[in-house]
Amino acid sequence: MTLVNESINRGEQQKKYCRFKKHRIKYIDYKDPDFLAKFLNEQGKILPRRLTGTSLKFQKKIAVAVKRARQLALLPYVTDGFK
Amino acid sequence: MSLKHYETVFIITPVLSDQEVEETVDKFKKWLSDHGADVYHDEKWGLKKLAYPILNKTTGVYHLFEFKADPTVIANLEIEYKRDERVMRFLTVSLDKYGVEFNERRRAGAFKKTKKSEPQKEEAKK
Repeated sequence: MTLVNESINRGEQQKKYCRFKKHRIKYIDYKDPDFLAKFLNEQGKILPRRLTGTSLKFQKKIAVAVKRARQLALLPYVTDGFK
Repeated sequence: MSLKHYETVFIITPVLSDQEVEETVDKFKKWLSDHGADVYHDEKWGLKKLAYPILNKTTGVYHLFEFKADPTVIANLEIEYKRDERVMRFLTVSLDKYGVEFNERRRAGAFKKTKKSEPQKEEAKK
């Protein structure tokens, strides 16, 4: 039983990468709700970059696409047990 | 008179008969071609469930137009949408070159079968 708090080695666990750079995706379509749902949490809120690991450029594109999808009622603004 | 690429999606109230829905869609298509827009693709998504009720209706008939138009036409198009009470909601988006290229591949069915593995499709591109 050590008194020192062991550091949780979260870092080494699978290095996060931006899936858009890796797969060279250039355009994020707002008409495809199930692809966008990967970036939403349970309540339908947009996941932060630190969890999804996407780069700033594509996080902004995702945010725009999600907001357009919400406008068209393809995605809910707020819900519970979304997925 | 530089023509830019646009894409517009609008939702029609579900209470209408199919014939009236068809009429609304044709009305906008005609309106667009009258104003010098060339609608090169239109897609009918049909009746879909809305993620949240709009005008206390839970379903709506979606329709998509992809067209090339002069930028000044868009403002009038949106006024036209607002004026028509059968259209519950609309969204017009301008497309950059990646958007146009994406739509071409989408129309070619690049994402049809492998609906979920869209990223893989992109990888094959390079």
